[in-house]
Amino acid sequence: MESKILKFENFSAGYGNLLVLKNINLEIFEKKITAIMGPSGCGKTTLIRCINRMHELNKEAFHKGDIFLNDKSIFEMNPVFLRRKIGMVFQKPNPFPHLSIYENVLAGYIINGIKLKREEKDKIVEDCLKKVALWEEVKDKLYLKGTQLSGGQQQRLCIARSLALNPEIILLDEPTSSLDPKSTVEIENLLEKLKDNVTIIIVTHNISQASRIADYVAFLYLGELIEYGKSEKIFTAPENPKTEEYLSGKFG
Amino acid sequence: MKIFKDRIFKFLVIFLSFLTLTPLFFIFYIILKNGLSSINLKFFFSLPKPPGEIGGGILNAIAGTFLLLFFASLISIPIGIFFGMFLYEFKEKKIGKICNILIDVLQSIPSIVIGIIAYLWIVKKMGHFSAIAGSVALSLIFLPIIAKATKETFEMVPFSMIETSLSLGSSYPRTIFKVILPISINGILSGVLVGLGRISGETAPLLFTAFGNSFLNFNICKPVSSLSLLIFTYTMSPYEDWHRQAWGCAFVLIILILILNSISKVGLKKWKVKF
Amino acid sequence: MSFEKIYKRIIAIGGVLIIGLLLSIFITLFINSSISIKKFGFSFLINKTWDPVFENFGAFPFIVGTLLTSIISLIISIPFSLSVSLFIGEYYKDTIFSKIFETFIEILAVIPSVVFGLWGLFYLAPIVRNLQIKFSLPPTGVSVFTASLVLSIMIIPYTISVGKEVIKLIPTDLKEAAFSFGATHYEVIKKIILPYAKSGIIAGFLLSFGRAIGETMAVTMVIGNVNTIPRSIFLPGNTIASVIANEFLEAITKIHISALIELALILFVITFILNLIANNIIKKVV
Repeated sequence: MESKILKFENFSAGYGNLLVLKNINLEIFEKKITAIMGPSGCGKTTLIRCINRMHELNKEAFHKGDIFLNDKSIFEMNPVFLRRKIGMVFQKPNPFPHLSIYENVLAGYIINGIKLKREEKDKIVEDCLKKVALWEEVKDKLYLKGTQLSGGQQQRLCIARSLALNPEIILLDEPTSSLDPKSTVEIENLLEKLKDNVTIIIVTHNISQASRIADYVAFLYLGELIEYGKSEKIFTAPENPKTEEYLSGKFG
Repeated sequence: MKIFKDRIFKFLVIFLSFLTLTPLFFIFYIILKNGLSSINLKFFFSLPKPPGEIGGGILNAIAGTFLLLFFASLISIPIGIFFGMFLYEFKEKKIGKICNILIDVLQSIPSIVIGIIAYLWIVKKMGHFSAIAGSVALSLIFLPIIAKATKETFEMVPFSMIETSLSLGSSYPRTIFKVILPISINGILSGVLVGLGRISGETAPLLFTAFGNSFLNFNICKPVSSLSLLIFTYTMSPYEDWHRQAWGCAFVLIILILILNSISKVGLKKWKVKF
Repeated sequence: MSFEKIYKRIIAIGGVLIIGLLLSIFITLFINSSISIKKFGFSFLINKTWDPVFENFGAFPFIVGTLLTSIISLIISIPFSLSVSLFIGEYYKDTIFSKIFETFIEILAVIPSVVFGLWGLFYLAPIVRNLQIKFSLPPTGVSVFTASLVLSIMIIPYTISVGKEVIKLIPTDLKEAAFSFGATHYEVIKKIILPYAKSGIIAGFLLSFGRAIGETMAVTMVIGNVNTIPRSIFLPGNTIASVIANEFLEAITKIHISALIELALILFVITFILNLIANNIIKKVV
């Protein structure tokens, strides 16, 4: 039986007067890929931004209910330490423009002022870049600025950056939406390999992408969790007619 | 008729536009013509002769200008960046908006008024003119330039950079100092260079502060000369040789300003951070 | 307390310092001119005599001189700054020509005031002297008009910097609509661009005007420094800024110094107001 790493309990969230997520109950399984799907505006991004408490950066933001990471409420943790346990990758690749490729991988340490020995640094950089299959491409030009890489390479660098802090979960917010098909496939292959070590939660509006890589799929519609389950089941025999409509491309 | 009017107007616009540039070319031509002939090594490395005597150089003014610029930078750069960080941080708050206007006001204060202020604040207290009073006067002009450059480059950093940094578990101040500030440093630097160019030509604020000195001085508590002050006093003097030297000095000053401005321009392009 | 709060508390000191700085500038000027303010009161602004010997001080000649030089220079500069703004912002928008022009105008903007004064004194003043001889006026060369000429060149870049931006901002579809009705470029400029960019251009003029009012060195060097109201613009005069530059170091009596500082206070208040108005307009437009 798979163990649960994350649990949403009667969780609602929104901004100002707008309720974006309505009473979500959801359990995420360890070392699996969970895809969050749904038409745009359904609250997918808000959902994952609540997991590392980035949601509350917005002054208008509010939330009700609770989220547990390994049975501990994330709202009782210091957000700074929570975020070190949970990596995040954004829609657009965004390596730090002032840092080299090498430093970008170590950005989490550099920015947080964590001092490492030279050998430790080299090891982390090599390991993480190997994990994202970028090592062979960049090992001779680690001193280049991260922004000098191609879009797909940049996004893999961003994944490496989030892996460097050894997170338990990484959150990806439509990580391939700005990439070409070839880079998209590369990232997808990479995620499949990564799940041996880390739990992956990916927001995507690309149905075929979800069917290719996800072990579990959560379908959100207008802020409500309509259906959640194993990917084979959702894609072959969805229980809710709305899910079926969405998967057959009727809306969104 | 319609077409004719159109053509005439366009011609007029182009003609007047080129006419606008003629004083610029004229001034440059005159400065080159009168300035180059005065310039040689001795001009750079000797001190002024007593009034009326032929010869002498502008070493005192060159040294004075660098002394003034150095101390003005020492005062203005840290405070200016601090002010800029404040303006960025509070840009949506009322106090931030008010201070933004106040920085514009500070920038618009006529330089002669700045001179009076520095006189009343420093010279009157010390009892005599000094380089440091001149540097304080220049700082009041330099500060708002740096503050605005800092705020504006901070604003150009995409919000996703801040988000990413926070998502890596860094605190907000760390994000400012380790991400936003390093990304912005080139933009700030270019603002500093533009500002240096601007204050190196200022004269009015120095009249009652740095005052001028025909000897070499590196003591910040004593008066110093500057390129701009020297141009003023030599121009207003009755001596023809000093007039010639004023042109030479103007040449040096313009070159200095153009160099500072072009480094900032070229630099900004070359160092410009791509997102 | 979180790091973010601590950071914001510390950085907020910046705001206190900015407000404090501006306040202390104002208070310094106010306190140091109090002797003059008390003695002359409002008549300081309308008194036509400035006499250090008899300690009778009135700012009126300098207010007149300042307004004359700034208004004349603004009028002279208008056709030029408008033309260049149209050249850069419309006719040759985003071309290499306008890049070159912009660069030259930027260079014009960085030439120090004292260098303009040097040039004005040795090259413009002789030309004005010839004019004065023609009108059988004293051939001083230096005059209110000479100062206005130099000023007009100096303020052109300020109008352009705002003017070209607001002209560039005009939506293309508006212009295209007019062109599609068969309007000529001239008509588009007259009927669409100038009305649209009007307030921005006016803000540019106000900024330039503010510059002209406060400009010191170039004016001091070519205006002739006479403390009476000029009967003609071809005669010497003085502006608020130039009289301060001229007399502050020579002033010995307390009341003289105080009167000069009151002039500085007037200058500060005028540029403060002008700047507020101009920036308000710019913020609304851009």
